[in-house]
Amino acid sequence: MSRLFANTLALAGLIWRRDRIQIPIWVVSIAFWSAVLAAMLPSLYPPGPEREIIAQTFANPALISMLGPGYGLDNYHMGAIMAHQMLLFTAVIVAVMNIILILRHTRRDEEQGRIEVVRSLPVGRLANAASAVLVLVLTNLILGAAVAVPLALLGLEGMDWQGSLLYGAVLAATGIFFAAATLFFAQLTETSRTASAYAFAFLGLSFLLRAIGDISSEPLSVISPLGLVLRAQVYVNNYWWPVVLVLVAAGAPILVAFRLNTTRDLEAGIIPAKPGRRYASRLLQSPLGLVLRLEKTVVTCWAVGMFVMGASYGSIFGDVETFAQTSDLYKQILPSVEGFSLTDQFLAMLLAILSMIAAVPALQIILRLRGEERANRVEHLLAGAVSRNHLMAAFLVVAVAAAAVMQALSVVGLWLAAAAVVSDPFPLRETLAAALVYVPLIWILIGLAAALIGYFPQHTNLVWIYLGASLFTTYFGSLLRLPEWTKKLTPWGHIPSIPLEEVSAGTVFLSAITAAILMVIGFTGYSKRDIIR
Amino acid sequence: MAILKVNDVTKKFGSVTALDGISLEVRQGEIYGFIGPNGAGKTTTIRILLGIIKANSGSAQIFGMDAWRDAVEIHKRIAYVPGEVSLWPNLTGGEVIDLFVKLRGGHNKPRRDELIERFDLDPTKKCGTYSKGNRQKVALIAAFAADADLYILDEPTSGLDPLMELVFQECMREAKAAGKSVLLSSHILSEVEKLCDRVSIIRRGRIIESGSLDELRHLTRTKVRVQTAKPIPNLNDIPGVHDVEEFPGGFTFQVDSPRLGEVIRYISSCEITALESTPPTLEELFIHHYQREG
Repeated sequence: MSRLFANTLALAGLIWRRDRIQIPIWVVSIAFWSAVLAAMLPSLYPPGPEREIIAQTFANPALISMLGPGYGLDNYHMGAIMAHQMLLFTAVIVAVMNIILILRHTRRDEEQGRIEVVRSLPVGRLANAASAVLVLVLTNLILGAAVAVPLALLGLEGMDWQGSLLYGAVLAATGIFFAAATLFFAQLTETSRTASAYAFAFLGLSFLLRAIGDISSEPLSVISPLGLVLRAQVYVNNYWWPVVLVLVAAGAPILVAFRLNTTRDLEAGIIPAKPGRRYASRLLQSPLGLVLRLEKTVVTCWAVGMFVMGASYGSIFGDVETFAQTSDLYKQILPSVEGFSLTDQFLAMLLAILSMIAAVPALQIILRLRGEERANRVEHLLAGAVSRNHLMAAFLVVAVAAAAVMQALSVVGLWLAAAAVVSDPFPLRETLAAALVYVPLIWILIGLAAALIGYFPQHTNLVWIYLGASLFTTYFGSLLRLPEWTKKLTPWGHIPSIPLEEVSAGTVFLSAITAAILMVIGFTGYSKRDIIR
Repeated sequence: MAILKVNDVTKKFGSVTALDGISLEVRQGEIYGFIGPNGAGKTTTIRILLGIIKANSGSAQIFGMDAWRDAVEIHKRIAYVPGEVSLWPNLTGGEVIDLFVKLRGGHNKPRRDELIERFDLDPTKKCGTYSKGNRQKVALIAAFAADADLYILDEPTSGLDPLMELVFQECMREAKAAGKSVLLSSHILSEVEKLCDRVSIIRRGRIIESGSLDELRHLTRTKVRVQTAKPIPNLNDIPGVHDVEEFPGGFTFQVDSPRLGEVIRYISSCEITALESTPPTLEELFIHHYQREG
């Protein structure tokens, strides 16, 4: 037994050494933003009858689907607000961190042949997997503490030590669970790319299960790890059992992963790789064909995912409608837009958010141009009779098309599900048109990515930060009452929230032009610069 | 006729000068060896020739066209094999070969299948599962399957086994017989010696020697082993003779190649019974140049 784990601690030290910058950045930024947002709460929600009314509006299905169930709405103090609005979102980010870090130190290292070198040393067969788990468990515990202590020290109404510690513990437990699940997925596939697709699909599924379950069926929600941890009712009832349950559940994937790891060959997956084509298909004869071939799996998975996501949100429209009809209170508070129902407003918000999610696969596609360059594969293509412009155009065409297809699919899914549950469904044609207005905004991000590839190839990841900021200001802009200019910094802030407002053809045209200009900048830069690692 | 011409090319990466006034010329129908240790600037030169990076000054031309500006036009007629072949892990070898051939704008299926046979490659396997040698085979097959006029090969055989190395040399000779030109960068000197008509030696971003192998040999020493009936007097004092060692009945020594004739005339007066002269191998030449340059 001990032979299997020989030198685990030394390898854990190696991981700390390699991630000495990355891990602290994750931990510090999550803790910092949690504290900053908590500190902002008292000014956003001053005590008084108004707060109680706001609390009631938060009990509507649309917001529950996005934020999780609200606890302590009858006494909506700072703690209850914090847990309701921020905990789920933060837990998802912690899960993302764990997926990325675990894969980086297991399947990705293995794929790169680094584990082979390590295993030639007197190192146990499980030492690598165990060291990754060890480091991630510690990281999650530190993260939990780093979030909990400042929250408690802020001393806000309802945010006591016990609740703050539980808040941190929920994040840590979620992180550990997703680290464990990802370790399991890393055993199944030969490439880290596929493993990460599985892990993120699992995260997405957990989120959707919880969204549907929170609205219609409690047990469904508890099956999802994200749903389960929210049952801790942090700062309200402070139940510790969900944390314990999630931690115990995390043991299972770890044990299975260890078992698989000891029995399988190095660099092999459990799901076998089948022999492929002897000849290239007719499609695979040009850069465009290559991009399509390379992105086939990713695009298909995203397409299915976007449809399912749209359908999941569509399925809660019935509840949104019922709520709007029965809640007089709601009508009093949100009469802000005359002539539009809550469903309309919810739909507008959803379309914007779905378009930002649709931007992820589109950006992945265009950024792959840079990834190919980093992996030293672009030179094969450029050494053929392919110009830089041709190559970049191939990636751009696929990205631009993917943006439109993804957005359309999610809306079709949303409409189909909503039409099934709502008495008076909104017309498909108009909804689709409204959704497609957002597509040029995704194109702007694609153009930005192209421009970065052209002129700042080392900093292409900036486009992700920009997308993150867009998502944040749209998702939380109203809840946190962020100043209007913060929204205007992102493309999404400049588009009228249809169907609430008039769609101006001019705005759409302007977005498309902006995107085109950025793409031209990208072409110019890319055809002038050296190909580098 | 010069197929490839590099004239006084300089390339800087930040403050580091990778190439410092390089000049090269590959003529039609010749195999040109480009040798030098790791980091000397071979790959940088080749990447400039491919139009993947841009020279700071000087000119690089292929087929009389500018390597940077006319890259696409040039690439229709060249085939390139990198030293470190990275391929898409989820594409098969067969798919990659077809793609590369297609990107160059040709398609010769019988030739492709014949090469796959000769290089003994399983084209149905995913590139992610190939060893370094097999990835190199994929690139070589794609290169030789293309009907190119110029082959640019950057250490193409570093992962091949000796049998495959022979197949590679065969392909090179066939290309040469068909009037194609080759720029072969390598540090496997026996391979360069067997294949190349002319060579350039690069060191720290500068060409320190160019010419045919014979011309280069002329600059170094020839090893001589001689047996004579009469003892040779004062061998050590003859100009151009070095490292004299005596063995029963004869001597071994080294001679500066230009003085070889003089020296042989001198010792022939002592009634030679056996004479062996070995020209320096490229390896000796290479090491000689490097040590001389310090």
